[in-house]
Amino acid sequence: MSNYAYIALIPLLPLAAFVVLGLFGRKYFRGWSGGGGTFAVLLSTGLSLWTAYRYFFAEGKVGGGYHPVTALKFVWLSFSPGLSIDMNVILDPISVMMIVVVSFISLMVHIFSLGYMKGEERYGTYFAFLGLFTFSMLGLVLSGNIFEIYIFWELVGCSSFLLIGYYFDRPTAVAAAKKAFIVTRLADLGFLIGILILSFHAESLDFRTLIQRLIDPGSQLAGITSASFLGISLLSWGLFLVFVGGAGKSALFPLHIWLPDAMEGPTPVSALIHAATMVVAGVYLVARLYPVYIYSDTAVLQVVLYAGALSALLAAVIACTQTDIKRVLAYSTMSQIGYMMLALGTAHPVGEAATLGYTASMFHLFTHAFFKALLFLSAGVIIHRVHSNEMKDMGGLRKFLPLTHGCFLIACLAIAGIPPFSGFFSKEDILLSAWHANKFVYGIALFTSGLTAFYMFRLYFSVFWRREVWGGGHGAHPVGGRDGHHGEAPAAMKIPLVILAVGAVFAGFVPFSRLVTYDGMPQESHGVGVFAIAPVAMALVGILVARYLYFKESGRSEKTAAALGGLYKAAYHKFYIDEIYSFVTKKIIFNLIGRPAAWIDRHIIDGGMNLLAAVTARISAGIKGLQSGRVQDYALYFFAGIAGLTVLFIYLYT
Amino acid sequence: MNLSLLVLVPLITAVAVVFCKGLNGIRWVSLVGATVQLLLSFGLLALYWKERAAGNGAAFLFEYRHAWFPSWNIWYHVGVDGISIAMILLTAFVMEAAILVSWAIKPMSKEFFILLHFLSAGAYGFFLSLDLFTLFFFLEVSVVPKFLLIGVWGSGRKEYSAMKLALMLMGGSALVFVGLLGLYYNTGGAGGTHSFDLMSIAQMHIPVEVQRQFFPFLFVGFGIFTALFPFHTWVPDGHSSAPTAASMFLAGISMKLGGYGCLRVAVFLMPEGAREYSPIIILLATIAIVYGAFATMMQKDLKYINAYSSVSHCGFILLGIGMLTRTAIAGAVMQMISHGLMTALFFAAIGMIYDRTHTRLVQQLGGLLKIMPFISTVFVVAGLCSLGLPGLSGFVAEITVFMGSWERAGEMYRLATILACASIVITAVYILRATGQAIMGPVKDTSFNGLADATWNEKLAGILLGIGIIAIGVAPFWLSELLGPGVSAIMDHTGKAL
Amino acid sequence: MSQVPLNHILVVSTALFFIGMYGLFTRRNMITMLMSVELILNSVNINFVAFNKYLYPDKLEGVFFTLFIIAIAAAEAAVAIAIIINLYRNFHSIDVEDAGEMKF
Repeated sequence: MSNYAYIALIPLLPLAAFVVLGLFGRKYFRGWSGGGGTFAVLLSTGLSLWTAYRYFFAEGKVGGGYHPVTALKFVWLSFSPGLSIDMNVILDPISVMMIVVVSFISLMVHIFSLGYMKGEERYGTYFAFLGLFTFSMLGLVLSGNIFEIYIFWELVGCSSFLLIGYYFDRPTAVAAAKKAFIVTRLADLGFLIGILILSFHAESLDFRTLIQRLIDPGSQLAGITSASFLGISLLSWGLFLVFVGGAGKSALFPLHIWLPDAMEGPTPVSALIHAATMVVAGVYLVARLYPVYIYSDTAVLQVVLYAGALSALLAAVIACTQTDIKRVLAYSTMSQIGYMMLALGTAHPVGEAATLGYTASMFHLFTHAFFKALLFLSAGVIIHRVHSNEMKDMGGLRKFLPLTHGCFLIACLAIAGIPPFSGFFSKEDILLSAWHANKFVYGIALFTSGLTAFYMFRLYFSVFWRREVWGGGHGAHPVGGRDGHHGEAPAAMKIPLVILAVGAVFAGFVPFSRLVTYDGMPQESHGVGVFAIAPVAMALVGILVARYLYFKESGRSEKTAAALGGLYKAAYHKFYIDEIYSFVTKKIIFNLIGRPAAWIDRHIIDGGMNLLAAVTARISAGIKGLQSGRVQDYALYFFAGIAGLTVLFIYLYT
Repeated sequence: MNLSLLVLVPLITAVAVVFCKGLNGIRWVSLVGATVQLLLSFGLLALYWKERAAGNGAAFLFEYRHAWFPSWNIWYHVGVDGISIAMILLTAFVMEAAILVSWAIKPMSKEFFILLHFLSAGAYGFFLSLDLFTLFFFLEVSVVPKFLLIGVWGSGRKEYSAMKLALMLMGGSALVFVGLLGLYYNTGGAGGTHSFDLMSIAQMHIPVEVQRQFFPFLFVGFGIFTALFPFHTWVPDGHSSAPTAASMFLAGISMKLGGYGCLRVAVFLMPEGAREYSPIIILLATIAIVYGAFATMMQKDLKYINAYSSVSHCGFILLGIGMLTRTAIAGAVMQMISHGLMTALFFAAIGMIYDRTHTRLVQQLGGLLKIMPFISTVFVVAGLCSLGLPGLSGFVAEITVFMGSWERAGEMYRLATILACASIVITAVYILRATGQAIMGPVKDTSFNGLADATWNEKLAGILLGIGIIAIGVAPFWLSELLGPGVSAIMDHTGKAL
Repeated sequence: MSQVPLNHILVVSTALFFIGMYGLFTRRNMITMLMSVELILNSVNINFVAFNKYLYPDKLEGVFFTLFIIAIAAAEAAVAIAIIINLYRNFHSIDVEDAGEMKF
C-alpha cells in the first residue's frame, strides 16, 4: 500500500486557516485574510487533484478495480477493545471524487468571495468560517469510521449555522440559522440511534468491518436480522434511521424546510454549502453504507426511492412559483438531490440496475456541483449588481452582465439536461436506472425533468430578457444601486464563473462509470441511445413553455397562474409545510410539553419542598407555645415528668 | 508526593488572605494560591503518569494514612487514582477561573475569598479521601461556605435560595451519614472491628439485605448533590441567586461531589444493591434529562436556563452510573469533568454579561455579539459544548454514555437511551434560542452600546476553561486512558455482582 | 392510748403536699408561691419524721434529715426573697405573670 499519509493535510490546511483567521483575522490580517484562506484551499485542491490522479490513473487500480485504501488510522476514543472511534482516512472512488469536488468548489467560492465580500467588516471571520466548513466537509468524505463521519457531520452543521447566521443582526438570518441547525439536529438524532443499533450488533464502528459483518449472513451476529421491533428487523431500523439522518442534511421531504431559509446567508455560502457540498452529504452517507442497504430487505431502499422521487417532484412544483432568485435555486437543489437519492434507491441485487443507480447518483452529484455552484455564483453577481433578490427587480440584464448571462445560460442548459452539457449525461443515467427499477418512479422523474427545464428557464428569461427594468442607456442607475461600477463584476468574481462554466460543459465527458462504481470494477458507459429522446423532449417542451410565458412582458404568466388557482397558491406557499411545523413546535411541543414541565417543576416539585418547609415552620409555631416564659407552666412540666417517672418506676419494679 | 498539600494550600491561602489589607492584596494572594494549586495538580498528574508507566499497578497511589480516632478505627486516609486526579484537575481549573472572574467583588471581598478557599479545600479533600469518615468530613466542610456565599453576595431571592440549598444539601448529607453508619456497623463481621476504610469494605462482602436497606440512603443522599429527580429543585434557585464564582463552583464542582460519591461509595461498595436499584436510578435519571431539558426551554433568565440545563446534563452522569456497564460509567465520569468545565464557562460568561448590562433576562438582551465579541464568543463556545458539538468535551462524554447505555440489553434500557439521545435536540433548541435572542440579532437596548468587552482577568478565565474543553474535545484519548484503570477497577468489582 | 396509725399521718402530709402544689401552680403572688413551697417542704418533713418514728424507731436519720430540710428551707426562703426583690426592681410587680420574658 503506497503512502497516502499526506492526505491528512487536505482537511487540515483549511482548519489551520480557520484557527489563524478566527483568532487573528479581525485585528491583524484584515485584507490578507481572504488571500490566506484562499491559499490554504488552493493547496488542498492541488493535493486532492494529485491524489485523484494517483488513485484513479496511477496506482489505485488493483486487480482490475478500484479498492478502498486506508491511508491513516489512529484511535481517538476507545469504548472497549475493538470498539473505538478512530480517525480513519479511507480512499475509495467516491471519497476521492468527493475531495476533488469539495476542494475545487470551495476554491471557486473562496476566489469569488474575495470580490463579493470585499469591504465587509467581518471579512476575516467569514474566511475563517469558510475554512472551518471546508475542513469539516473534507473530513466527512474521508471518514472511514461511522462515528467519525458523525463528528464531521455535526461540525458541518455547525459551520452552516455560523455561515447562515453571518449577518447576525438580521433577525431573519438568525431564525434561518437556528432552523437549519435544529432540523438537521433532529435528523442527526435518527443518525445517532442508527449508529448505536448498527455498531452494537456489528461490534465495530469501522466502516469496512461494519459493512462486512452486517452483510455476512453466516456471521454470529444474526441477531440483527432476527431481532425485531414492531415487526421490522433491527437492521432495517438501523438503516432507516441512518437514512433519516442523511435525509435531514440533504433536505429531503419532509425535513427540507431549512434549505430555502438558509438562503439568508451570503450567496457564495449558498453556492458552497447549500448547493454543491453539504447537502449532498446525505447522499454520500447512503452511498457509503450502500452494500448494507442492498442486502437488507428492500423496504428501506423503497423508502429511499420514494423519498427521493417525492422530494424531486415537490421541489420542482414549488420552484415554479417562487419569485426570489435564490429560493428558486434552493428548491432546484432539493429537486436535484431528490434525483440523486432516487437513483440510489433503484438498486436491485441482480441485474444491471444494481450498480447503475450508484454510479448515476455519484455522477449527478459530480456534475450538479459544477452547474449548481455556477448558478448560485451567477446569482451572486446579479444580486450584487441589482441589490435585490426578487425577480421583479430584474429583467433585461443580458445587456449589463454579458459574461454572467453566458454562464447562467450554460448552467441552465446543463441542469435541464440538454446534450452535450454535463447534466444530460448524468440525468440520463439516473432515468435509465429508474426505468429498470420502477416505471412509476421513472414517470415522476421524467415529468420532473420537464418541470426542471421549465422553472430554470422561467428564471433565466425573467432575469435576462422579459422586460427592460433599466431603460435608458448605459448611464442609468440600477434600482437602488449607488455603486460606481456599472457593467460586470470585478475580476475575482468572474474567474470562478468561467472555470465553472467550462466544468459544466465538459464534466459530462468524464468516463465516470469506469472510475466510480459500486464494487470498484470499471463498467463501460452506455451509449446515448433512443432512451435519451424522452427526457430531452420533455426538457425542450419545458423550455418552450417558459419562453412562451416569460420571454416578453405579457400577461400570459399571470393568466396561467390565475387559471391554476388553488394549486398555484398552495405551491407558492410551499404547500404550507412550514406552517405545519410551526404549529407542531409552538402549539404542541412548547405549550403542551415545555410549559407544563416548567410549571410542574416550579409549583409541584419545588412546591413540595416549600410545603415541607412550611409544614415544619407551622409545627414549630405550634409547639413554641410550650416555651411560654411562665414559671408556673415550667413547674407544672416538672411535676408531670416526675409523676410520669414515678408511675413508670412503679410499673417496672413491681 | 504528599497529597495533603492539595488540601493545605487552599487553607494556607485562606489564612494568608486574612492578613491582607486592600482588595488588591486579597485577590492577588488568592490568585497565587489558586495558581499554585493548579500547578500542583498538574504535577500530581505528571507524577501519576510516571508511576503508572513504571508499572505501578496499585489501585490507589500516593497513599497516606494517619490514625484519627483510633478507638473507632477512623483514619485520615488519602490516595488518588485516575478518576480522583481528573476531578482534582477539574477543581483546580474551575477555582482558578472563579477567582479570576471575581476580581472586582466589592463588599467584604476578604470574607468572600476566604470562603471560596474553604470551599475548594473541602472539594479537594473529598476527592482525595479513601476513608469514609474523612470523605464525609470534607463533604460537610463545603456546605456552610456555600450558604454564606449565596446569602450574602448573591442576587435575586438570595436568602431563600441560600436557605433552600443549604437545607437540601444538608438533608442529603444526613442521608449519606445514615448510609455510612449502616456500612460501618455491618463491617467486621461478628466480633471484628468496624471500619470506615474504603478498600477494606470493598473486599468484605456486605450482606445483601443490608445493601438493600442502605443503598437508597447513600445513593439518594449523594444524588441530591447531583440533582437527582425529584430532589433537584435547589439547583435552579441556588445557582441563579449565587454570585458568579459561587455558581461556577456549585455547578462545576459541587454537583460532581455527588456523582463521585455515588460511584465511589454507593456503587463500588454495594454492587448488589446497585444492581437491584438500577432500574429506578435509570428511570429517575432519564426523567431528569428529558424533563429538565423541557423545563429549560421555557426559562426566561439566562442563569435559570443554565441551571436547569445543569439538571439535565447531570442526569447523564446518573444515567451512566445507573446503567452499570464499563463504557457507561466511563462516560459518566467524563460527563462530570466535561460538564464541570462547560457550566463553569457558561456561568462565567453570563456573570460577565450581567455585570455589564445588569439584566439576565433574555428578552432584554440582544445583539451582544456586536458589543462584546469576546464574551459572546465564550458564551457561544459554552453553548455549543452544552449541545454536544464534536470538537468540544460535551460530545465525548455524551456519546460515551450513549454507547455504554446501549450495551445494556432490555427494552426499557434501550428506551431510556433513546430518550436520552432525544435530549440533544431539545438542548439544541434552548441553547440556540438563548443564543439567537441574546447574542445574535439586532441590539435591543441601545444603552448597551458603550459597554466594555472582557477585561484581562475575564479573558484569562474564559481561555483557561476553553482550553480544557477543547483539549478534551479534540484529543479525548488522554482522558479515557487516565480514567480507564479506575473505571475498570470499579467495574470488576461491580461486575462480580452482575 | 393507742397510737395514731401511720396512714393518718401520711394522709395529712400528702394533703399538705398537694395543697402546696396547688398553691405553687395557681397563685400569682410570688410571696404566696414561696409560702406554698414552704408547705411542700413541711409536708416532706412530716413524712420523714413519721417514717422515722413508726418504721425505724431506733434510728435517727429521718429526724436529722428533717432538721437539715428546715435549715435549707430557711436559707432558700432568704434567697427567694432576694430574687423576688430583684424581680420587683425590674418589673415593678410581684405578679409572676409579669415576669414572663424567657420565652420563644
